[in-house]
Amino acid sequence: MQASFHDKPRGHLVLNDVVKIYDSDGGDILAVDRCSLDIPAGEICMIVGPSGCGKTTLLNAVAGFHSITWGTISLDGRELCSSQQPQATPGPDRVVVFQNGALFPWKTIMDNLTFGPLVQNTLTKAVAAERARELLAQAGLNGCEDLYPAQISSGMRRRAEIARALMNDPSVLLLDEPYRALDALTRSVMHEALLQMHALNPVTILFITHDIEEAVFLGHRVIVMSARPCRPKLVVDVDIPFPRDKRVLTTSRYRHLVRQSLDAVHEEAAISFSAGEREGE
Amino acid sequence: MSTVAMQPSVRFDRKRIRANALGRGLLGGLTAILTWEICSRAPQLFGFSVPYIGVIPAPSKVLVEWSILLNEPSYWRSWYQSFFRVFAGFGVAFLLGVPLGLALARSKIIFGALFPVFEVLRPIPPIAWVPVSIIFWPTQEMSIAFVIFLGAFYTMTLSTMNGAREIDPALIQSAVSMGASRWSLYRNVILPATLPSVTTGAAVGMGITWEVVVAAEMISGGQSDRAGGGLGRLMWNAYVTGNYNAIVVAMISIGIAGYFSSALVRLLGRQLAPWAAR
Amino acid sequence: MSASVDESGAANVGPARRYSAENLRRALRTRPALMLVGFAGTLAAWYISVELLKLPRFRELPGLTAVVREWISTDPVYGVSLFTPEYYKHIAASIVRVAIAFTLSTGLGVPLGLLLGWSKRLREYIFPVFETLRPIPALAWVPLAILMFRGTETPVIFLTFLASFYATTLNTMLGVQSIDPTYIRAAQCLGAGDRQIFFHVILPGSLKYIFSGLQLSIGVAWFSLVAAEMISGEYGLGYLINAGYTMTAYPTIIIGMVTLGVVGYATSALVGWIGKRLMAWRSDEMSDAN
Repeated sequence: MQASFHDKPRGHLVLNDVVKIYDSDGGDILAVDRCSLDIPAGEICMIVGPSGCGKTTLLNAVAGFHSITWGTISLDGRELCSSQQPQATPGPDRVVVFQNGALFPWKTIMDNLTFGPLVQNTLTKAVAAERARELLAQAGLNGCEDLYPAQISSGMRRRAEIARALMNDPSVLLLDEPYRALDALTRSVMHEALLQMHALNPVTILFITHDIEEAVFLGHRVIVMSARPCRPKLVVDVDIPFPRDKRVLTTSRYRHLVRQSLDAVHEEAAISFSAGEREGE
Repeated sequence: MSTVAMQPSVRFDRKRIRANALGRGLLGGLTAILTWEICSRAPQLFGFSVPYIGVIPAPSKVLVEWSILLNEPSYWRSWYQSFFRVFAGFGVAFLLGVPLGLALARSKIIFGALFPVFEVLRPIPPIAWVPVSIIFWPTQEMSIAFVIFLGAFYTMTLSTMNGAREIDPALIQSAVSMGASRWSLYRNVILPATLPSVTTGAAVGMGITWEVVVAAEMISGGQSDRAGGGLGRLMWNAYVTGNYNAIVVAMISIGIAGYFSSALVRLLGRQLAPWAAR
Repeated sequence: MSASVDESGAANVGPARRYSAENLRRALRTRPALMLVGFAGTLAAWYISVELLKLPRFRELPGLTAVVREWISTDPVYGVSLFTPEYYKHIAASIVRVAIAFTLSTGLGVPLGLLLGWSKRLREYIFPVFETLRPIPALAWVPLAILMFRGTETPVIFLTFLASFYATTLNTMLGVQSIDPTYIRAAQCLGAGDRQIFFHVILPGSLKYIFSGLQLSIGVAWFSLVAAEMISGEYGLGYLINAGYTMTAYPTIIIGMVTLGVVGYATSALVGWIGKRLMAWRSDEMSDAN
């Protein structure tokens, strides 16, 4: 069954000269300096960069959790935020999947998934449940509907959270280092699962990660950000065709792209390290 | 054009937000006091009396009474007596509770034997110990002190124990692997790591202590004057002699005293454990 | 040479003596055995110091055998034992008062705490007043309570209510503020409005803090109740303890105290149990780390 409810491709995200200045006790901090990105609909765009460079700030600005100081962010031609209206409203067109997981522990997996459509009144309970079961099947989580998040493994929780995001038919999926807390083996399973889900639900994905190999494996493009203040330093077009699987990991083209990105990131990471950046910015 | 120079209003916002919060707090407080005043004057203003709240003496009268009391040495003596009891009882609770808490946390044997007894005794409110305390201790002052001690003791022991339990075992292991002796381990790792919990427990225990002090002073209000006194006794006397304004003065004084004690404890805690500030 | 620290913090002993000491230690280390040792030791100390050795000061206290004999006798000397209706009247009186006060304080405190935690605006108006009144011990309200309310029951219940109300409201408010803001952000992303966030995220998310606050608050309620009963009450465990003293019925004091401990513990455990039942999703103290 065709997963997308719309025929026109959605999810064209444009960041134009975005600037973010933080007001903190030590003075003003320039976190993002004139960052411009043009992400076409359906693209998996990977953002890598050293710790504390400001990439999470960017994602939060797109999601609507932070304001911007200057510039504009627009989605499908509609302006989300600008210097006149510095903070976007969080909404189901740009759903976030959080680093430490945000499935509601007090709801079953089914209730978690149907939460969005039910709360916005876009689907009836029956239709929502049906769609949820479909997405859970895609994610390989059959039979988990009536379990609580604490009762399934962390990898399964992550997949469920992505399924929950997709329930709302978003234009953009924002992933903030979602696999960081998982071990390497689980992570490789997650990668394949993500690509499979994307094949069936071609949303735009903005994915922040530290892991270069993950970035090159998953993304259409890899954007290497500079150390703070954050700007795109290098854009790597990953011209490895989809569908991709594990065999890609040993091709020379893949390794070349990884090397290229790695070199760029290392430079910035060294700058970041000597500037004493802390995690989680 | 420098991007940083563009936004002077960013910093200004935070100060404005803080000022707003302060303003709202003051507004809330003033409204409360005004309502209080109006309710107690209701018979004159409106011709009927407000139930319950209307009985409480008006703030204006309370302030007048307070200014009188501020000049009487007996008022300040009450402060001293209560404070002395609080810190004496609290001090002993600290000296006994912290080691016990540490022992409970570090030794499985001591925990297994003593903790059940501790937990069985804990639900008995300290006030309930007053009669036993009076029977046992030779002087009234000591019996009050014992009850006060009990109040704070449970809290101190528990928070110390919980704090010591939560110490990351990796910290201890790394200290031992660096050759720390048992004494050195306690002094350099366990005690400092437990200090923040001890301080929090102490601040809470301080509140409980004031409860107990006030109750103990009120209950022993009938006994001899020599061992009596204190703010709780002051309040009870005001009630017995029908000086309602003084009752409220005593209440507020107790509140202020309690607040200062807790603040003092927290301050001490910050001095002793500056790394725990958040 | 530095001494090594073993599990129990005990120093190392020589090899020969260690063997038998080890066995004894191992036997004692099983939990029920230790617990028995602890209780037996405490009771033995009580018995020995009061009734056996008759140490000074200690001998004035009621002894273990005296208390037990009184407690289980069908015709107690001072009128209160497991077999007299008096006993249960006192227990019931106290429990009813606590139940009323606690229900009131929970019914008012939880919603207020939720509101204060949820709305920054409201918190800014109300919290300073709240915090200013908090250091005033609940018992300091005794005279005013007697003035405000007619009769003997209402002031007692009011005092009990006041103390537990503060504890409940404060803990609920702190609970709301402790909710991981990520959950709120996730709900916003999913299109939830403020009201929906309140019912679907804030309320369930703060339940564990609410219940630990309620356990605290019922302890506080008993604390205040007993004091209030001792000062001005008829019937009730606090009254019983006080009466035991004034009528020199010393064993009754201990009976009252022990009963108080048991009942207090039971009510606290009940609250905790209700909490566990309501929060079925929590499997063995699950952490939020995924």
